[in-house]
Amino acid sequence: MKPGTLSKALNSGAIWGFIVLELIFFSIAGEYLSLSDKAFMDWENMLLLLKQSAPIGIIAMGMTIVMINGNIDLSVGATYAIAAIVLLESMTWPIFAGLGDLVIPVAWLLALLVGTFLGALNGLIVWKTGVDAFIVTLGSMLGFRGIVFMFNGENPTSHLNWTLVDFAEAEFLGLATASWFLLAVTLVIWFVMTKTVHGRNAYAIGDNREAAVNAGIRVGPHMMINFAIIGFLAALSAVVFYSESGSVNPNDGQLYELWVITAVVLGGTKITGGAGSVIGTFGGVIAIQLLRKGLGHIGADTSTVNLVIGLILIVVLILDRQLNVKGKEELKV
Amino acid sequence: MTDPVLHLDNIVKTFPGVRALDGVSFSVMPGEVHALMGENGAGKSTLMKVLGGIYQPDGGTIHVGKEQVTMAGPLEAKAKGIVFIHQELSLAEELSVAENIYLGELPRKSFGRVDWRKLTEQTNTILKKLNVGFDATTRVGDLSIANQQMVEIARALTVDAKAVIFDEPTASLTDAEKVVLFDVISDLQKEGVGIIYISHRMEEIFKITDRISILRDGQYQGTVNTSETSEEAVTQMMIGRKLDLSRMETHHELGDVALEVRGLSCGKLYQDISFEIRRGEVVGFYGLVGAGRTEIAETLFGLRDPSAGQILLDGEEVRITSPNDAIARGISLVPEDRKGQGLVLGMNCRDNMTLPQVQDLTSGPFVAEGAEVAIFDQYRDRLDIRTPGWKQLVGNLSGGNQQKIVIGKWLSMHPSVLIVDEPTRGIDVGSKSEIHKLLRELAAQGYAVMVISSEMPEVLHVADRIVAMYSGRIMRTFTSEEVTEDSLIQAISGLSGHEAA
Ligand SMILES: Nc1ncnc2c1ncn2[C@@H]1O[C@H](COP(=O)(O)OP(=O)(O)OP(=O)(O)O)[C@@H](O)[C@H]1O
Ligand SMILES: [Mg+2]
Repeated sequence: MKPGTLSKALNSGAIWGFIVLELIFFSIAGEYLSLSDKAFMDWENMLLLLKQSAPIGIIAMGMTIVMINGNIDLSVGATYAIAAIVLLESMTWPIFAGLGDLVIPVAWLLALLVGTFLGALNGLIVWKTGVDAFIVTLGSMLGFRGIVFMFNGENPTSHLNWTLVDFAEAEFLGLATASWFLLAVTLVIWFVMTKTVHGRNAYAIGDNREAAVNAGIRVGPHMMINFAIIGFLAALSAVVFYSESGSVNPNDGQLYELWVITAVVLGGTKITGGAGSVIGTFGGVIAIQLLRKGLGHIGADTSTVNLVIGLILIVVLILDRQLNVKGKEELKV
Repeated sequence: MTDPVLHLDNIVKTFPGVRALDGVSFSVMPGEVHALMGENGAGKSTLMKVLGGIYQPDGGTIHVGKEQVTMAGPLEAKAKGIVFIHQELSLAEELSVAENIYLGELPRKSFGRVDWRKLTEQTNTILKKLNVGFDATTRVGDLSIANQQMVEIARALTVDAKAVIFDEPTASLTDAEKVVLFDVISDLQKEGVGIIYISHRMEEIFKITDRISILRDGQYQGTVNTSETSEEAVTQMMIGRKLDLSRMETHHELGDVALEVRGLSCGKLYQDISFEIRRGEVVGFYGLVGAGRTEIAETLFGLRDPSAGQILLDGEEVRITSPNDAIARGISLVPEDRKGQGLVLGMNCRDNMTLPQVQDLTSGPFVAEGAEVAIFDQYRDRLDIRTPGWKQLVGNLSGGNQQKIVIGKWLSMHPSVLIVDEPTRGIDVGSKSEIHKLLRELAAQGYAVMVISSEMPEVLHVADRIVAMYSGRIMRTFTSEEVTEDSLIQAISGLSGHEAA
């Protein structure tokens, strides 16, 4: 066997094996521990799970690109909250009063534009200053969240538009609107990363930045585009979710960045960039949601859920490192 | 007379603290192979990076054909017909061979999609010409270093080049691939492409080049016709003094057996390897790439677990489980892939060199800076490392000087068994003989030294005994008295299996 084959196989397939394991575990454990007498592996329940995965999942697709590209974005949770406020608030603005229900696409567009702009801004700073993306987006995470609080203090921003709620709660071919958005985003990003020049260049940059520069790939613009994409997706996630809920708290979206990054890493994307797959991330998102739901099903509380997911993440990282070291015969100086 | 395809005039390039190029002029004729020579850090790669659009010169002009140009970036240089094969492998390991060869200019379809069919077809055509054993879809990280170098070379064939720059292309190739490379070069030559060829290997220079230009400390020393000059004359121009190239006849008493290996095997990589190295002895391992030499070294250094056999240190059987274990037992390995395995590019020269022994260099709770600097100074002088000072980041040194840092790092550990894998790859003639001398001296002081090399002159030069390997097996062991070039070549091509000693 070639070195690295094992770890590669695990990286691409392991997440699905893990999901199967979770399903088996929760089905069996659910029989004994669950308070409700509904089976865990219920079709309805699984559809609901897909829908609940959407907010994290949509952002995770963007994070996959950004991380493959060799960067990270910590500000997605805050961008999510800002986009939500723009969405709900703009529908109440007097200038749009005459539009009737046409205000919906306008509000969507505004929210998406703001998200894309904030993402692109991160990208521009990373590109032009050369400061590490971790630091830049840590700053913007705090900054964007500050804007959220400046807007309405501790109070929630609410607006319910019933046409919008109907749309968001609609089902098509048995799948909720949010699920469709998640699937569509996954498909599009998968296409971008595997089929387009931009996607392939993103891999090259994350893998060996110097080689990419030597080959004349313009690293900065690619990075900025990817940050714009993740900003757009953070906003899209907000748009999909808040169309239904109609009320945003200033703390909404907090810790999203961590959930998203966890899903991406579980899905096999290298933290240092250059390797990873959108399909793997999809698996990671489902695996995390399953875990949250499953642990809830057998009666664990939120803190236990967080503890378990944290432990799993660490085990995965250690395992991955171990396999890589063995496979590549790296010097362990 | 024809016009040059390429002409550089009075190029100046400075880095903080270094005047890397000081008014260098240089031209290449169509269909000629023009060697660029100079010591490590003389400015060869820098000159080529200026030509390839990676650095902007501080002064001087570049002409392609009759037209004066400014190279704003690598793609622009390529568009003008200048292809640059880099000294350091410039590859993305996770991507396929095809994507790497066409890195930066993947063929496109509508919507910015990659045209995979075209990409694969074009790549396979090129690979067929190169006669390599992998195809367009292979992941580059799965290839050996030599094959990765071939991927790099394949880039020369992607466009209609006017000039191709090869910056030390053979540093990690062995004879089989070299033949292919030289064929590629002569094909290009026939098409009227000008070739710039950088190498520290004199045999190659005299075999394939037409003219030689020489740099020293960033200054142009002159150009000579290869047929009218000699190795000595070129060396003298490069380093400003004569070099004693005679064999090291320093004989000294051999001590006890320091390292013995009995019937060692590791899966398919190598089988039934037995040899011993005594204190005071230099044993050379010679063979083609893939003969299993590096893998043996890695096993001895605790990086691989053998599937059978014994390793004995000072007569005692040991199991070496990790590099830490190996270091604790007094084994050091200067690895083949130095950039990947031996250096922290973002750290300064001194810290890189003293990295493995930082724990021992303390005064109270602090790292003893003075002792560290002393070690660095000693090996800088010994190995002639060109750097403005120990504070310089290793990533900013020239390729050869980076190698010297790694070698210095392991030598300064004073191991009892020193394994060096391709110790002088990419190192200039002057320092090469300095390193050879050092290896002999270390042996004389009682170290057991194992030298893995693909350069015949090198093993002939330094080794007391030479182990010839072919496809994972030891074919024959020669003493330095009995060895001849012919018998050695036969042994490593697998032609003398019956004479195995
Ligand atoms: N980016 C950089 N920053 C600072 N100094 C540099 C940089 N690149 C090169 N140098 C310095 O410029 C000088 C010339 O380096 P260059 O890489 O051109 O040498 P070279 O002739 O190619 O040597 P070698 O044979 O070792 O490859 C060296 O002293 C090197 O330290
Ligand atoms: Mg160089």
